[in-house]
Amino acid sequence: MVKAIRVDGISKQYRLGQTGTGSLAHDINRFWYTIRGKEDPYLQIGEINDRAHKGSSAYVWSLKDISFEIEQGSAVGIIGRNGAGKSTLLKILSLITAPTGGSFKVKGRIASLLEVGTGFHPELSGRENVFLNGAILGMRKKEIKLKFDDIVDFAGIERYIDTPVKRYSSGMYVRLAFAVAAHLESEILILDEVLAVGDAEFQKKCFGKMNEVSKREGRTILFVSHNLGAVKQLCNSSILLDRGKLVVHEKTSNVIKSYMEQFTNTSPIFEGPVNSEKKIWFRKIYPSDSDKRLKDQFFHDEEIYFNFELSFNIFRSKHDYSIFFMVMDSNKTRLFSSESKIITSDTVQLVIESNFLVRGSYSIHAFIHKPRTEQIDIAEDVCNFKIIDNGSDLLIHGDYDYGNVFGRINWKYSDALQLH
Amino acid sequence: MNDIHLEHAAEEQKWDREVNAQNDLFDLHLNEVWNYRDLIMLFVWRDFVAQYKQTVLGPVWQFVQPALTTFVFLLLFNKIAKLPTDGIAPVVFYLSGITLWNYFSNCLVTISNTFVNNAYIFGKVYFPRLVLPISLVISNMVKFGLQFLLVVVVMIYYHFNGYPLQIGFRLLLMPLLLVQMAALGLGLGLIISSITTKYRDFSVLLAFAVQLIMYATPVVFPLSYVDDHRYRFFININPLTSIIESFRLVLLNRGTVEMYGVFYSIGFTIVTLIIGMIFFNKVGKTFIDTV
Repeated sequence: MVKAIRVDGISKQYRLGQTGTGSLAHDINRFWYTIRGKEDPYLQIGEINDRAHKGSSAYVWSLKDISFEIEQGSAVGIIGRNGAGKSTLLKILSLITAPTGGSFKVKGRIASLLEVGTGFHPELSGRENVFLNGAILGMRKKEIKLKFDDIVDFAGIERYIDTPVKRYSSGMYVRLAFAVAAHLESEILILDEVLAVGDAEFQKKCFGKMNEVSKREGRTILFVSHNLGAVKQLCNSSILLDRGKLVVHEKTSNVIKSYMEQFTNTSPIFEGPVNSEKKIWFRKIYPSDSDKRLKDQFFHDEEIYFNFELSFNIFRSKHDYSIFFMVMDSNKTRLFSSESKIITSDTVQLVIESNFLVRGSYSIHAFIHKPRTEQIDIAEDVCNFKIIDNGSDLLIHGDYDYGNVFGRINWKYSDALQLH
Repeated sequence: MNDIHLEHAAEEQKWDREVNAQNDLFDLHLNEVWNYRDLIMLFVWRDFVAQYKQTVLGPVWQFVQPALTTFVFLLLFNKIAKLPTDGIAPVVFYLSGITLWNYFSNCLVTISNTFVNNAYIFGKVYFPRLVLPISLVISNMVKFGLQFLLVVVVMIYYHFNGYPLQIGFRLLLMPLLLVQMAALGLGLGLIISSITTKYRDFSVLLAFAVQLIMYATPVVFPLSYVDDHRYRFFININPLTSIIESFRLVLLNRGTVEMYGVFYSIGFTIVTLIIGMIFFNKVGKTFIDTV
């Protein structure tokens, strides 16, 4: 298999804070070391990029020793938390900045789209900007001429092509800009979150185009997105970065799994007291998979299990207390509730069906009570968990607020009038 | 073991581009700049179209600045200070000097802001960074061409008013002088733009340095006027001196040009340009991290 990109031990170091103070001294020192043929003294210090902890050094490694290969014609996703080094990696591969260490090799022309519409000039017309933007992205003039009609057609702004782009609506602007980029003829295409712009219809169109580019035209795509569903749909393999290091590079579904496991460090567990005066109380509440393994990130099409561990100060068989369970969204709006039977066992599990909650953050309310009479223990706003959409019908709407639950809806279509 | 395996694999495949952390200082990617020639011309075109959209006079503005400056110089240096003009009509003397000086100073100032002004675009897309300064050299050349039309018109006017035109084969040397001026402006501009990415002080310094250097260049006075002056040394080490005087000699058949001055000036230009390109190329690779 022919390789499109080979990356050998790429590292990138950044200096933190103000460049103004002390850097001239550092530069002179650096220069002094280099002319004597010694190693750069500032490359030895520096630490892993972890924003949660305050580092002691002014230098951090945004990327550390990254190596991988990408085959020609494959679409590869790059995922990771904010600050994992995704953008730095794309910038290095796009030649926008050079690595501090390591090297990479590329076969074919690279076009990178880290932003839609780079270099658009507001005073110039749509037509003029297509040529300018195309040339900035690396196209020759005659190449653009050849594709001009396709570009305008794809953007759907034929009527306004001779109007200055400063008069465009933001939607038109983005459509035209994306259209130019989508028609680039490069063997490798690097995309950073570009599908996050534009309306749903256009996003779908872009997505189709990307799919076509990689699957039919056999071009290599590198794709960064926080939209895991999009990554899953477009990319057969993915790279997971964490704090500047490459964690895994394999099949996208496996990579997404490892990515989600990164989040389980933050405890979604509610823990009650070991001893209590209460008749019945919560010892532990936590979300999990079906095997009771703790988990706080679920795909929308996964079942969510909640586990309750209880302690009793009364006889289990001689009472009429039950558990009341309620789910809230991130605005603490109560979404739905459920009532258990009278509890006689010390572990209780419930399951929230798959394809029910839409993507977002949720938490729960739970209490032990005798309905409308007595409440004996309560856990308020606990067990934060997240739902991730990995490809539902509503995914195309992006960040649009389409509610909290998937509607159980059936559409029926028929023609009332028969036209002759 | 692993390394041997990797090297073997590399031999099987041809790569189009290789990027190393330590790149060759002298690899300037000039062939790549050539591939982007359409972009250079589009930038030139953009500079003009964008600048004059929604202005009434459009390119006519190009004539206003040299005309007014000539007027001021005429009052100040000719009428009040009574500096000689080497037997050239004073208006022609000042206007031609200003036109060529403007070309140099415009190149220098616009190019020196390349990184700072285009940080947003350099941070998002790659194209050979040299494309922008080169496009500036060309668009300033076009402006020079427009302003030179004014010089020609004024020269023709004076042709009928006591200062006859002196046409000769030496006029063919003018493009070479322009190329040298362009190269010098480009070289110095590249050096300064590389420095300003980190130390912004230099762009402030440049603004008045350009004005001061003009007075160390025979723009408002002929070189013959300072022939035996004790500050002649400062004018001699200025590589622009020989270009301006040669320009005058070629265009108006008056000027003091010495061979060693020409060679010094050309040598200075070549060295500056090479150093400028190397600096610019090196800084261009990582400047986005510091800007």
